[in-house]
Amino acid sequence: MTFLQPDRMNAGLLIRYARRRFAPNRADIIALLLIAGAAVLVTQAARTMGRPLTGLNVAPISLNPINLPMYAALTTLRMFAALACSLLFTFVVATLAAKSKKAELVIVPALDILQSVPVLGFLTFTVTFFMGLFPGNEMGVEAAAIFAIFTAQAWNMAFSFYQSLKTLPEDLDEAARQFGLSPWQRFWKLELPFATPALVWNTMMSMSGSWFFIVASEAITVGKTTVALPGIGAWLSVANERGDGWAVLWAVITMGVVIIIYDQLLFRPIVAWADKFRAEQTASQDPPRSWFYDVIKRMRLLPRLVQPMTVALGRLPAPQAPRIRLPEINNPAIARGLDWLWLAVVIGMALWGGWAVVIFVTRTLTLGDAVQVFGLGALTLARVLILIAVASVIWVPIGVWIGLRPIWAERVQPVAQFFAAFPANVLFPAVVGVIVALHADPNIWLSPLMILGTQWYILFNVIAGAAAIPNDLKEAASMFHVRSWQWWRTVALPSIFPYYITGALTASGGSWNASIVAEVVTWRHQNIEAAGLGSYIADATSAGDYPKVALGIAVMSIFVILLNRTLWRPLYGFAARRLHL
Amino acid sequence: MSTTFAPTADANLVEVRNVKHVYGKGGGGAGLLVLEDVDLTLRPNEIVGLLGRSGSGKSTLLRAISGLIRPTSGTVLVQDMPGDDTAHGVAMVFQSFALFPWLTVLQNVELGLEARGVPADERRTRALAAIDLIGLDGFENAYPKELSGGMRQRVGLARALVVQPSILLMDEPFSALDVLTAETLRTDLLDLWVEGRMPIRSILMVTHNIEEAVLMCDRILVFSSNPGRVIAEIKVDLPQPRKRLDPAFRALVDDIYARMTARTAAQPVRDGAFPGLGLGMALPIISTNTLAGMIEALAAAPNDGKAELPVLASELMLEADELLPIAETLQLMRFAEIEGRMIRLTPVGRRYAVAEVDARKQLFAQQLLAYVPLAAHIRRVLDDRASRQAPARRFRDELEDFMSEDYAEETLDAVITWGRYAEVFAFHEDADRFSLEDPG
Repeated sequence: MTFLQPDRMNAGLLIRYARRRFAPNRADIIALLLIAGAAVLVTQAARTMGRPLTGLNVAPISLNPINLPMYAALTTLRMFAALACSLLFTFVVATLAAKSKKAELVIVPALDILQSVPVLGFLTFTVTFFMGLFPGNEMGVEAAAIFAIFTAQAWNMAFSFYQSLKTLPEDLDEAARQFGLSPWQRFWKLELPFATPALVWNTMMSMSGSWFFIVASEAITVGKTTVALPGIGAWLSVANERGDGWAVLWAVITMGVVIIIYDQLLFRPIVAWADKFRAEQTASQDPPRSWFYDVIKRMRLLPRLVQPMTVALGRLPAPQAPRIRLPEINNPAIARGLDWLWLAVVIGMALWGGWAVVIFVTRTLTLGDAVQVFGLGALTLARVLILIAVASVIWVPIGVWIGLRPIWAERVQPVAQFFAAFPANVLFPAVVGVIVALHADPNIWLSPLMILGTQWYILFNVIAGAAAIPNDLKEAASMFHVRSWQWWRTVALPSIFPYYITGALTASGGSWNASIVAEVVTWRHQNIEAAGLGSYIADATSAGDYPKVALGIAVMSIFVILLNRTLWRPLYGFAARRLHL
Repeated sequence: MSTTFAPTADANLVEVRNVKHVYGKGGGGAGLLVLEDVDLTLRPNEIVGLLGRSGSGKSTLLRAISGLIRPTSGTVLVQDMPGDDTAHGVAMVFQSFALFPWLTVLQNVELGLEARGVPADERRTRALAAIDLIGLDGFENAYPKELSGGMRQRVGLARALVVQPSILLMDEPFSALDVLTAETLRTDLLDLWVEGRMPIRSILMVTHNIEEAVLMCDRILVFSSNPGRVIAEIKVDLPQPRKRLDPAFRALVDDIYARMTARTAAQPVRDGAFPGLGLGMALPIISTNTLAGMIEALAAAPNDGKAELPVLASELMLEADELLPIAETLQLMRFAEIEGRMIRLTPVGRRYAVAEVDARKQLFAQQLLAYVPLAAHIRRVLDDRASRQAPARRFRDELEDFMSEDYAEETLDAVITWGRYAEVFAFHEDADRFSLEDPG
């Protein structure tokens, strides 16, 4: 699944008015300062990352706010390192899947499954591997953390790129072939530009998603191994353990600032720039804007400094991949035979993989465990469905109300997207404090945490849907005095439905992932737990019980895939077929 | 006055021999034969038009010559080189313009040169010259989405000309433009051609517009559809500039109309207008409003029940390839008969023209069940079943024994539209089922 961009009206709204304040020449200074500052932080941070592992124990996480900027820089650096890996992964794997039928057969289902595997699952199994890769060096743990963040980012980006490649406009493809573009030129002139808008949007969603797992990936506890990497995530984990509310607050503020900074300085400019890659032949009515993009465009000095580089880059000989011309198989029988052979190999490998998991799990676990885990999965499933329903009942009317009022929509939309990007799990401990104080039942009252961070997807998609209701429909409805329930039934609900499904699907996937951190929460050395698949996996992880973790993750993947196939996909298809305006 | 048949020492630019092309899977019945036994020769210094209705494979032939596809069998030689090896001799102009929205006009024009590794300075000079030639000065830095359709197609032309092809291929280059813009562009292109200011030796263009073909071409190849074959080769000897109102021009247009419908007259089997027989007949989606409108237009003065197709086409402002499927659908249901270029209402057609809404529906139902085998078949199945319901999937599967998936879908959609209007059955899109229930 890829994320569909609900609209583009919200880009750069927050500080739109600030655009005129920057004189062209000041723009250069600002940018240079920013770049220099970033460079200093990066070098500092990189030096920290290369320290020997013992350094972690010598200098444990300190809850002194002075350290926060450094921690924030380290965390952001990890996220962008993971993002770079994700982009590389996207270009290689998605291109392979789009170009080769045989690769497609393996890659597409694999991506589908990988994105339903909870992120923590990857972490548990890879941390030891990465630590072994750089023995005694912090780099190993860093690599494990970056890999965990990568797993929260890569899949939907790859999917988005793959889908773009599969839906290239036929006439542009023919023009590119007719004028004889090389594969390299084709990538830069056709494929990448066409895929850019969707890819940028999915990248932003990925960044939001990966914040959620910062805590988990920076404070890694697997069995007896506990490592805390300096960063906001580790800070939060320490703060939660000590029950230091002020420290949590500081971290929340810092995260907010970091998110606003990279949103304004990086993503909004990219969205504004990427608008020209939309394949429609008409100019957009309301092009996304970004004050920082305008600053960049107005710079005088920097382009001159950069230009020699781009010219030099343009002169570089394109990597001439050796044109491997496989002997063309003209005999359809042989070609089909090869296809079947490949399919057999793939199925064989898959069976072998499944067998390996079964062997691994059954060494210590029995059928009874599996039944128990499925039961817990059903519990978590019930939580997810009920929460989505509750969130829908709350947010759909509000979202429609906002969406119909453009002035409100313009204000609320960026805020909703900010909340979606904000890692709600940092607020969990505070909620837990309340639960403990009131002696409430954690089985019920821990559940809302799962949707705390993901409900916003429902809100901002519904807003976008309501804002997109065509004016003539609204006018016709009011002319015939269509009101109250009839209005909801005939105008509002059908119009927002496709958008709502996108939002609910995202929220549902996010909630499954969140269950692992939401069903067990630590606050002041106290563990509060709700029975469910999430807490099962979390407990097994901290106990270092790998077979249980594997079983839990497999079951969760199965649940997510089944839910997608039986509920969300059919609804999606229905929306596309019947309610498309 | 014709330069076409002057014996020249120059070799032929394009030679197409015995080309056959099948879309979809070869071998089994699923493949769709789009080109059969096609020969074509393009000589230096001529504009040749490929004229035919949709589904006549003319665009496919153009793509085979441009090297975009390789025909299933037969040979394509471009300047004595195999067709799929000719990126350098030909350049193509696309119906949809096919401009890269993220590149400026200048960058779009430079595309082909960049692909050939022409150095940046030379690229710029040559692109600017082409932009100048085609009348785009001042738009160099515009993005395609800022341009009107006519200007976009000029970019498409400049992009093709700048690589200095011997042969310019044009795939319905003016059909996405409004009438006035298309006419301006045609005239400009002809001026450049006549004055010899374009670096090309010949033009091969695909069109479904008969007047456009007569206006521009030295030679016209008329294609039949399903499968595409060359059914006539017509030399146009009229001097340029040609006038649409010139009687000789009109006579030629009429003549081509007659040839495009000729197959219908030659075949006494009336169902033969559409490919396939019985259940396997592939039907076009034509709205019942369009059918009724055509019957009314035929019945009204001055036609009084019969008309010449070209006259009717200009009266209704339809292109030949839009008019003919409508006429042939009327013929299939025996509302009208086609003979040569005449179309004549049958008695049933005359009755339909004067009837009220309900009587019209009854007449339509009667003709539909009598002459469209698929409609009759669906109705029979529904009548036989106790539930009075049947899944559409079943009929789709039956159709796919005869034709490709797309054609099956289109044919079923056509019958659904007609059946709903005639109230001979109902169809529920959600459930994908036919039923006999009568909504009253």
